[in-house]
Parts: sequence; structure tokens; C-alpha cells
Amino acid sequence: MYAQLVETGVKRVKSLEEMSPEERNFQEKIDAEIKIEAKNWMPEAYRQTLIRQISQHAHSEIVGMLPEGNWVTRAPSLKRKLQLMAKIQDEAGHGLYLYSAMQTLGADRDEEIAKLHSGKAKYSSIFNYPTLSWADMGAVGWLVDGAAIVNQVVLQRTSYGPYSRAMIRICKEESFHQRQGYEMLLTMMRHGTQAQRDMVQDAINRLWWPSLMMFGPSDEHSPNSAQSMAWKIKRQTNDELRQRFIDQTVPQLELLGCTAPDPELKWNAERGHYDFGAIQWDEFYEVLKGNGPCNQERVATRRQAIDDGAWVREAAVAYARKQQNKSAA
Amino acid sequence: MHNQALVPYLLLLGDSALVQGQRLCQWCGHAPAIEEELALMNVGLDLVGQARNWLEYAAELLDDGRDADALAFRRDERAYRNLLLVEQPNGDFAVTMTKQFLYDAWHLAVLQGLVESSDPRIAGIAAKAVKEVTYHLRRSSEWVQRLGDGTEESRQRMLAAIPALWRFTVELCAASDNEVQLANAGIGANPASVASAWLKQVSETFAAVELPLPKAASYFYLDGRKGLHTEHLGLLLAEMQFLPRAYPDATW
Repeated sequence: MYAQLVETGVKRVKSLEEMSPEERNFQEKIDAEIKIEAKNWMPEAYRQTLIRQISQHAHSEIVGMLPEGNWVTRAPSLKRKLQLMAKIQDEAGHGLYLYSAMQTLGADRDEEIAKLHSGKAKYSSIFNYPTLSWADMGAVGWLVDGAAIVNQVVLQRTSYGPYSRAMIRICKEESFHQRQGYEMLLTMMRHGTQAQRDMVQDAINRLWWPSLMMFGPSDEHSPNSAQSMAWKIKRQTNDELRQRFIDQTVPQLELLGCTAPDPELKWNAERGHYDFGAIQWDEFYEVLKGNGPCNQERVATRRQAIDDGAWVREAAVAYARKQQNKSAA
Repeated sequence: MHNQALVPYLLLLGDSALVQGQRLCQWCGHAPAIEEELALMNVGLDLVGQARNWLEYAAELLDDGRDADALAFRRDERAYRNLLLVEQPNGDFAVTMTKQFLYDAWHLAVLQGLVESSDPRIAGIAAKAVKEVTYHLRRSSEWVQRLGDGTEESRQRMLAAIPALWRFTVELCAASDNEVQLANAGIGANPASVASAWLKQVSETFAAVELPLPKAASYFYLDGRKGLHTEHLGLLLAEMQFLPRAYPDATW
């Protein structure tokens, strides 16, 4: 999940009787599965929640280019280099779709990006982990994109039309890259050397738990979920999505011939789901607060890119103005 | 006789595209706008794709057991045949865009010649690449003009970037005996036509925003066609080739 802790600013979900006529009309539309569009009336808290969620999602796409950019100059074959470049390019494109969707809510892209750079806005905790070997590119594609897809597939039905449509487009590209990531790992496991197989297992050991954290806090510690669910911004709870991800990922893990770094992971026939061990929530909250392994580097890199590029953007604006004046004259 | 002349030519084309693509990869996450992140990676992706096509053909002609990956990841700098221009460091956005533009203008002229090649394999690769490079040139020439006639700062940066790169353009207007032979045989692009098309494009783009055109660069000691590179290429290859060199038996 690319937006894992979104404040709604709402303490308690109102009942229909407590709502103003406008709010009630809005909620009835939501309940009837009618998409909300940019020009429709919406509660201010709904608008702000969506701005926070969509911008967090967009920021995640952009910051998410960095752990992969770390290996794009070192990809081990022309084919893998091309795949990774295509993936990074798509991520920049996803960031742009999402910022556009966010702008339909009246938010300003530059202002929201400034919040990312000041540490006020969040992005997915996963991108604060370092990519330490080439196998991480496969593991990120498989686990991280896999977790994102589980979340985004559900968000295709989110109540806000522009967000829902962005998700439909993004999911198509994302699924392709996820399969590629898995194929990279499968190639290393089946046709590679022992050193490569060790590399894959090590990548999984490091990225397994951080991927599970992508779904956000457990339901009992997710105070904003009730309102997001009532507004149908979220369609399923964090824990439901996390369970779905684990259930679909464990067979893939077995096919690879790898293991999860979780001794408690085992099939529960009674529940029809995999049981799994406890997530280190302390680590999750530390990473979210900015104390993860790469938080400082990630934000500093993005801030520097925008600061260093200021003169380029100014030049583009100045040139465009001159051209306009010329054609007006 | 053709293969002996053709392989270095394919390496000139393939290595130049690959090294330029590698330089663009280094921009990932550092571009001045998200649109530029996308565009730089897009151009790089095209170039690495083209490099793969040229190197595959070179590997087939060499027929010594090496494939395109072996050519890309196991050759040392003395065996690389790329233009010196593309191995230059990215510098600021003005340097990157000037470098891209000077290369694109050459690249497009070469590819336009190669579309007509009597070698169908070359004509086929060029026909695909020419569409991509037409876009690259449109983009880079627009940036040269935006920066050249943008703000005072952007113009100053362009005025610094051009002379820093200009001496390497001597290679864009030069040709080896092989290339002349290939052109005469109807296989390669005509070096004289390439040089004049390149100069026309650069003069017009610079003139449109009153960027001064330096006088023609003159020959100097280094020569990418002979594998005599600047000190920048060794480091670029060390980074790019690290994994295949460190794990020679691996399958990726």
C-alpha cells in the first residue's frame, strides 16, 4: 500500500440522521456506489483526506524511483537494464497521473511536494529501506509492487472518480512489472549460481516484513479506517488486504524455493488462511516518523533535485513567456 | 571485407547509444521536474534498446562466442568505440542537454543515411531508431533554446556548456577509412552528408536563440573510434559492468 496512514481528521463517523442535507445527499450517493466527481459537493474532510491519501500515493511513486535508480546503472544485462528503465519511467508516469487526480480536488502539486520535502507529508515506509543487491530489484518488483497491487486493485472501486480511474490505468502497468520482478528472481533461483540464490534469499529476508508493513497499522490501531471505509475511499481494511497478500504470496515463495523470515508462518486449514508472526510495529512507527534506514537520504535527494532544478524550471517559464509575447506582438 | 569494416561501425553506433543511455540513467531521481524524470528515462530506454540491436548484430558478425551482453559488459575501455562526447559527465542540466542535442543531431543524420543502407539488417534497425531519435532531437533542441533564451542564469550556463563540450564534436564531423568505404559500398551513412546535416542543425538551433557557434573543432590526441577515451569512460564502465564481472558464471 502506498498510502498507509492517512488522517481523516474525523473522530467518529456520523450517522445519516446527524448529517446536514448536503452531507446526507453525499453519503447516499456513496452508499449507492455513484462515483464522486471533481465538481460535486463533498465534505471538506473527505476532500482533505483524499488530498492526503492521493498525494501520499503520488509521493510514493516518485520516492520509489530512488531505490531502483540505485541499481539502474548497475543492471547486469541489457534486457534487465531495459526492464528496470521501463519500470522507473512508468513510476514517474504514475506519479504524474496521481498528482493530476489530486489537483482535481483543488490541491496544488508544488505545495504538496514542498510538504514532502519538509517532512510534513508522508510516503510509503517501504522506500526507506536500502537496496543492497541486484536481487532487491526482483524482490521489490515481486513483493513491493505485489503489495501495492493488492491495495490498488481494490482502490479501482474507490468512491472518488479521478482516483479510481488513475488506479485502473496504473494497475495494468504495475502487474506487468510485478511479473517481471518475479521472473528475475525465478531466473536467479533456477538458472543461477549458489551465490545468486543466496542473494535472492537475503533480499527476501530483508524485504519481507517491510512489505507486510505497507498495508498500514493493524485494524485495531487504525483510527482513520472507519471514516475512510464509510466514505468508500478504502474498500477493505488493512488487515484484510495484508492477509490476502500473504495468502497469494506464500505459494509464489514456495515456487521460488525460498523461505520467509517468519517461523510462525503456516497454513491454517480451519481459517483457510496462512497464520503469520507478529509485525514489529515499533520499527514501522519509527520508519514512518523519519527514523528508518534511508529516510534522510530519500528526502534529501528529492529536495536537492527540485532545488538544483529551480533554474531550469524558471528558464522554461521565462522562455514560454517570451514566446507568448512574440506571438502576441 | 565488409565484416571487418562493419563491426567497428556497429560498435561506434551501439557503444555511443549505450554510453549515452548509461549517462541518462544517472539522472534517475535527480531531474529538475517529474516530467523530465520521465523524459530522460524514456530517451535512455530508447538508446539502450538501440544499443542492444547494434551489438547483437556486431556479435553475430564477430561470431566468436560473445553475445550483445558480453560486448556491453565484458569489454574494457580500450575496446569501446563510442564517441567521446557521450562519455562526458552529466554536469548540470545545461551540459546534459547540450551533450544530448549535439549527439542527437549527429545521430539522426546518421540514421537517416542508414535507413537507405543496402544491408537490410542495418536498414531495419535504423528505420526503427530514426523515429525515436527524431523525438530525441526535437526535445533536446527545444531545451537548448529554452535554456539559451530563458533566464540570464540559464543563458550563462549554456554559454559555459557549449565550449566545455565543443572540442569533442570533432568526432561528429570525422570519419575513419572504414566508414568512407562502407559509405561508398552503400552500407554506411555518408560521413560528409552527416557532417553537413549536423552543422546545419546545430547552426540553426543556436542561431534561433543567438547562441554563438564556435568555430569547427580541430583534431586532438583522443579518438573514440580507436578506443582512446577520456578518463571518464573507465569509471562509467566500472559501475556498469560490476555485476557481470563479479559473478562471471551467473545467469541474470
